[in-house]
Amino acid sequence: MTTLLDILSWVLLALGGLSVLIGGIGALRMPDLYTRMHAASVTDSMGTILVLVGIMLQAGWSLATIKLIAILLFLLLTSPTSSNALASAALLAGTRPFEEAGQDDEGQE
Amino acid sequence: MIAIFGIFLLTLLVITAIAIVRTDNLFVAVMLMSIASLLIAGNFFLLDAADVALTEAAVGAGISTVLFLSALALTSERERAKSSNKILSFTVVAAAALIVIYATFDKPRFGDPEAPVQTHVAPWYLEKTPEYIDIPNVVTAVLGSFRGYDTLGEVFVVFTAGIGVLFLLGSGVPLGSLPREKINEGLRHHLIPRVVGRVLIPFILLFGLYVQFHGEYGPGGGFQAGAIIAAAIILFALLEGEQRALSVLSARVLLGLMAFGPLLYGAVGVAGIVLGGNFLDYSVLASDSVKGQQLGILLIEAGVGITVTGVLLSIFHAFAARGR
Repeated sequence: MTTLLDILSWVLLALGGLSVLIGGIGALRMPDLYTRMHAASVTDSMGTILVLVGIMLQAGWSLATIKLIAILLFLLLTSPTSSNALASAALLAGTRPFEEAGQDDEGQE
Repeated sequence: MIAIFGIFLLTLLVITAIAIVRTDNLFVAVMLMSIASLLIAGNFFLLDAADVALTEAAVGAGISTVLFLSALALTSERERAKSSNKILSFTVVAAAALIVIYATFDKPRFGDPEAPVQTHVAPWYLEKTPEYIDIPNVVTAVLGSFRGYDTLGEVFVVFTAGIGVLFLLGSGVPLGSLPREKINEGLRHHLIPRVVGRVLIPFILLFGLYVQFHGEYGPGGGFQAGAIIAAAIILFALLEGEQRALSVLSARVLLGLMAFGPLLYGAVGVAGIVLGGNFLDYSVLASDSVKGQQLGILLIEAGVGITVTGVLLSIFHAFAARGR
């Protein structure tokens, strides 16, 4: 049982690490702010959930798990909100989304 | 394993520092400074200094970023073109770096049991804290009781810094005299941040109080709690506009808080003298000396928290009032 939990937790941690990596690559490679945010949101959502659940499996039923759940809830509430605030601030500041065959492909960052 | 993490974080820190120096966009520099603070906080945590890490994360990555941003709102985003003597500045920096590197040769190895920090008073603190004060967090015992003078000094430093900033920036035009359209409304027209903020702010305040009063048992205490509570109210001000934040805690109340903290701390010290002990000797505050110590630490931590909250919020409002 413990081995099973260990394997499951390591799989989750590895997948979480992979999504963080994908998010990082996407944030570097995508053409404009909005698509970059879209890529980085993989880090926020999948990365956080997978890594934290992986650690929870390691911690077992203890106070640490409760704290991790609280952290997970906090992050799930705040990171979409901050993405929303960032995107609407960018839109207000006049950053145009990237368009194929547009002459200005880096936007106004 | 921990050493690898430490080296990794420190490498990132150096990269961030170089990036801060290289960029001429001040906005980018502020964001990088925030990242640097977070990295340092992670490093402190690796070194088991949870109290310091908490302070660094709350003040360095949180509040000072907000203060820098509100200062940037008053100036331009770009750094002014440099026209200084490059060779001279390079020589000064290189000499300073060489001196610092030379000084590290005399430092004891990391974790050396013979290092002065392990052999001087620290063992005595560790040994006597359960007997004299009976709280689990020795950091709080040292900070609040054994080294109460130093902490009193720190509180006065924070207080003086607050007074200094208010002298430079002025405590702001009274908001009531401003025309309606000039009052900063914050993000009141943005539904999602407001709703989520409203849900979170009570919990942030609650966490601040937990950190304040749990300082005897775990990482935390007045400095961290003050920064967290100030952060909650700054978040409120950003979401709902300063007008409403000021109607919760007006500038006058904040000034009062700023002064009340050091006064409370000093009064606890004087109470020690009046009851027949030394200045900042809490043993005489209650019939039982251990209970007295605990009461004294609770009171002075409250003083610290009140000062830090008052000073940080006053500085924030002073910057924000200048922006108009």
